[in-house]
Amino acid sequence: MTFSVHVDVQLRPGIADPQGSTIERSLPTLGFDGISGVRVGKSIRFLIDAPDEASARQEVEDLCRRFLTNPVIEDAQIELTELADSPV
Amino acid sequence: MSTRVGVVLFPGSNCEMDVIEAVKTLGGDAEILWHGDATVNGVDAVVVPGGFAHGDYLRPGAIARFSPVMNAVADFAESGGAVVGICNGFQVLTEAGLLPGALQKNRGLKFLCAPAQLRVESTDSVLTSQATKGQLLRVPINHFEGNYTCSPETLAELQAEDRIVLRYVDNPNGSVDDIAGVCNAGRNVVGLMPHPERAISALLGSADGVPLLQSVLLAGVAA
Repeated sequence: MTFSVHVDVQLRPGIADPQGSTIERSLPTLGFDGISGVRVGKSIRFLIDAPDEASARQEVEDLCRRFLTNPVIEDAQIELTELADSPV
Repeated sequence: MSTRVGVVLFPGSNCEMDVIEAVKTLGGDAEILWHGDATVNGVDAVVVPGGFAHGDYLRPGAIARFSPVMNAVADFAESGGAVVGICNGFQVLTEAGLLPGALQKNRGLKFLCAPAQLRVESTDSVLTSQATKGQLLRVPINHFEGNYTCSPETLAELQAEDRIVLRYVDNPNGSVDDIAGVCNAGRNVVGLMPHPERAISALLGSADGVPLLQSVLLAGVAA
């Protein structure tokens, strides 16, 4: 089975986000009011072959922990979607 | 016999020659350790220099930590060898788990390239043994991601164990507790954002990096 994977990497709650706060501070100057809580992260997409969804998820979680995120400051949300034309 | 310092070279490192020059000027011997070779070649001390290892893709140090040489550096550190990470090298050592915490983008999102005033907070490390506690050093910084951050528990541990070896007098980048350099529990692995190798002669604007690099050479002799 082939899965399409979307990993959303965000700074953990409580970790200062210099990019997010710079964007947020600039918004009123541009005429956007009432926006708060701006956080900037990374979006990573790829395909993975695995026997089933559980093993695909396990593999991606391991990849996130060891490489795609720095667990000291970042968390990852993982979305898996089975490809429709995936050979059974 | 002079101390042999191994300077790790990743694709994208750019301060390795500065470190080699500084070490030789101070009477040590220095050689390149190529990142693809899984050995530290029997050197007495290791420096992971500044630059943009592997282009800093994903995060600074994220890819460099998987280079074959890093296992050898970890083994060397485990056996008590002196390992110093400067700037990008500090980022590599945190990603490799040899030092706690992480380095984020500077507060204010500015790339900083300027002399910084540092205060020596602990002389119990391979980088600071030849300095004096409270000594002020003028050493250049040159980074975009030097904003040291760690969990409150880690910070408390670093403070309690006297492992914050250098602080900024005037915090330039937003680092928690003004941290410019920290060491591991064994005090033989140190990371710092400032560049002591660029401050070894009055001709360069400062010779305040000398006691720091001399400490590393001395730690290599002891090893």
